[in-house]
Amino acid sequence: MDILDLSAVELSAKIKAGEATATEAVEAVFAQIENNEDTLNCYVTMDKEGALKTAEAVQKKIEAGELTGPLAGVPVAIKDNMCTEGMLTTCSSKILGNFVPTYTSEAVINLQKAGAVILGKTNMDEFAMGSTTETSAFGATKNPWNTEHVPGGSSGGSAAAVAANECFYALGSDTGGSIRQPASYCGVVGMKPTYGTVSRYGLIAYGSSLDQIGPLCKDVTDCATIMGIIASHDKKDSTSVEREDTDFTSALVDDVRGMKIGIPRDYFGEGIDPDVKEKVLAAADVLKEKGAVVEEFDLSLVEYAIPTYYTIAAAEASSNLERFDGVKYGFRAEDCEELHQMYKRSRSQGFGPEVKRRIMLGSFVLSSGYYDAYYLKALRVKALIKKAFDEAFAKYDMILGPCAPTTAPKIGSSLSDPIKMYLGDIYTISVNLAGLPGISVPCGVDKNGLPVGLQLIGDCFKEKKIIQAAYSYEQARGKFSLAKEGK
Amino acid sequence: MANVITDETIDYVGILAKLELSAEEKEQAKKDMASMLDYIDKLGELDTTGVEPMSHVFPVNNVFREDVVTNGDDRENIIKNAPEEKDGMFVVPSTF
Repeated sequence: MDILDLSAVELSAKIKAGEATATEAVEAVFAQIENNEDTLNCYVTMDKEGALKTAEAVQKKIEAGELTGPLAGVPVAIKDNMCTEGMLTTCSSKILGNFVPTYTSEAVINLQKAGAVILGKTNMDEFAMGSTTETSAFGATKNPWNTEHVPGGSSGGSAAAVAANECFYALGSDTGGSIRQPASYCGVVGMKPTYGTVSRYGLIAYGSSLDQIGPLCKDVTDCATIMGIIASHDKKDSTSVEREDTDFTSALVDDVRGMKIGIPRDYFGEGIDPDVKEKVLAAADVLKEKGAVVEEFDLSLVEYAIPTYYTIAAAEASSNLERFDGVKYGFRAEDCEELHQMYKRSRSQGFGPEVKRRIMLGSFVLSSGYYDAYYLKALRVKALIKKAFDEAFAKYDMILGPCAPTTAPKIGSSLSDPIKMYLGDIYTISVNLAGLPGISVPCGVDKNGLPVGLQLIGDCFKEKKIIQAAYSYEQARGKFSLAKEGK
Repeated sequence: MANVITDETIDYVGILAKLELSAEEKEQAKKDMASMLDYIDKLGELDTTGVEPMSHVFPVNNVFREDVVTNGDDRENIIKNAPEEKDGMFVVPSTF
């Protein structure tokens, strides 16, 4: 079996058993990168030399019995909005095009302590604002299943890299679906944890009350394993939650008997592609056959999630992105005569159109005279949306639905109509507004051979329930990969 | 309500956002913002009287710690990222 076809957990087991080495894994991944990267553009920065050096050191520690964790020796790709000491971190933006952080984000440190080997930084929508990875200042990433299509976004580089075996797993971040939607489009597993589970320290902020880091990987076992490593309480993130229950692999149990699963009727109405609907409902039937109690219900307020989200996310973004001013790091416009001109020109030349659009909207909804009507109104609706989920979780263990209304759209077809693009986030964004965990698992391909993702949404801190259901579904489904389903 | 975004609004928001938009960008921003706000106005359909604005889903209180320095002096590396520096300080254009 080709080393690249192993899951992250399988690879680490082989390394520990002396049947493979971390160095071999890094070399195999870079051979794959060298073959595909010109076409796919998954990475902004690749560090072969650094990866080989780390692999050698990690291999020695594994052999000495100092590193025994389930992901020791496994090469990983990191989304380019997580700071990595000494390694370029651009957020796929011109304004951070030359930024080299002096520290590493907490989630990445957790992986390093567990013996991860960092391959490089993956492409994304600029500052995570987008659903296609086309707003990157460094060119679009292509979907490995069909290179005429987008990989989704904003963690499109991470999802595509996992699907194309250009890494064994990756980290992404999810503010409104940015892990789950690209996972769905690229046929991989992706999870957004409960807000506060993974430290945001060192994650370049977009919408701070919504952002969470999570895994993109080949299967649910890898997902639970990575989650167990990156979840940690961190004093450096004041929204970090202290949790005792981060042994997520204990939920890898093939049993859904008696689980109550609710399917929101509102998720299958207008706008959903018939193939997506069919595959997702077929997956629900699989869980039903395995003993889950599946029923439809009305989750209210679904149509209000998108306007709520874009108001809050734009407001937080306009505030968070004020720090990019051309003074301390990043891009500075040339030939400026005075300070304010320098701020304005650096920002205007450094940010791309989608980022500027959201900064403008956010500045407006926070401005005097509009703050109550727009921003506070959105926060009030957010409270109502959270309440609607609370009511659903009083009846159900989890909510089942699609990740996105369609499979991956063609490159170039999304950016011209922002509202249409935002509508594609309808099934994912309310999860961020309510702070809930959600997982995307591949559940088939559409008539064009593009993957469809099944989304399971849990109540806050109930990752284990959705991991268990996702794992059970996966056992029934069997292996799913580009090599197996793709042409 | 239909949102009419005027040139003055765009200029004002541009000042708040510290962005200098070209004439073309301003026209686009006017259109984009008007259509986004029309869309956001949908929230007006909901009665939120008496609903507290929810900024965080969990009750987040101030997290205090003693004011003790835990990170070391990393001035040399930090200043390496500066677009312009002199003697370990950031250099900026004239401030007035």
